[in-house]
Amino acid sequence: MNIDLEQFLIVSIILFCIGLLGVVVRRNLIVMYMGLELMLNAANLALVSFSHFRDNLDGQILVFFIITVAAAEVAVGLALIVALYRKRQTTDVNELTSMKL
Amino acid sequence: MQDTLFYIFSALTLLCGILVVFNPFSRNPVTSAMFLVLTIISMSGLFVLLKAFFLAAVQILVYAGAVIVLFLFVIMLLDVKEEERRRFQKFGTFMGLISVIGLAAIIINTTNQTFTIANQSEVQSIKETFNQSGAAETKPLGKLLFTEYVLPFEIVSLLLLVAMVGCILLSKRNTSKEEAK
Repeated sequence: MNIDLEQFLIVSIILFCIGLLGVVVRRNLIVMYMGLELMLNAANLALVSFSHFRDNLDGQILVFFIITVAAAEVAVGLALIVALYRKRQTTDVNELTSMKL
Repeated sequence: MQDTLFYIFSALTLLCGILVVFNPFSRNPVTSAMFLVLTIISMSGLFVLLKAFFLAAVQILVYAGAVIVLFLFVIMLLDVKEEERRRFQKFGTFMGLISVIGLAAIIINTTNQTFTIANQSEVQSIKETFNQSGAAETKPLGKLLFTEYVLPFEIVSLLLLVAMVGCILLSKRNTSKEEAK
């Protein structure tokens, strides 16, 4: 296999930037959350490739914990979005500008 | 063979990632969620290429099985029609695109330079160890998880419990307080 660590890292960087673009550009809270998931996945890919090319399993353990924490984060975040939607009837961040519900 | 697979999987990952964020055909969040599933599955293909078989399985189970289903349920609860009517704000999109491309260029450039500067012999030795190792890594991963990392493992299980309680608390309708009012 001629593929190096560098190629994996570049894929991971580009994926991270796509996720960041989603968070910056899209105005829908749910799609912004999907952008966050993409960024977390990009970080996971970088960690797994580091772990593979250094022949060290600590990176994979870290990815395991990241996946767990991401699942918990998505559950709580989506519950927050649903609670917000019940109060304000919108998920557009341009309309969610006041802190008072 | 592995090179071809790497190029196929990474192209699929990046293409579907772009379609999650910018889909020219549909603004529907459900379409974004479906492309997120494709991104995650092709990324687990990359994990298999990196010999992280356990994590590839966990990725598909947790993300494609649980997280995306959660997304779809929430999208069903909300109004998607409103989102489809909205247009992109031209100025904001343009500025976001410029800054993100700039960031990508900076990081990729830094990575390239690091690999050029890095000691060639060290890179060579890493490649040699990489070519020698090739055993299935799930068993040592499990051993490491239940010996050295057993405390973080328990803490994460507590975190999941906290998340569950938080979800129930947040999504429960607050009836008693409304009746008191």
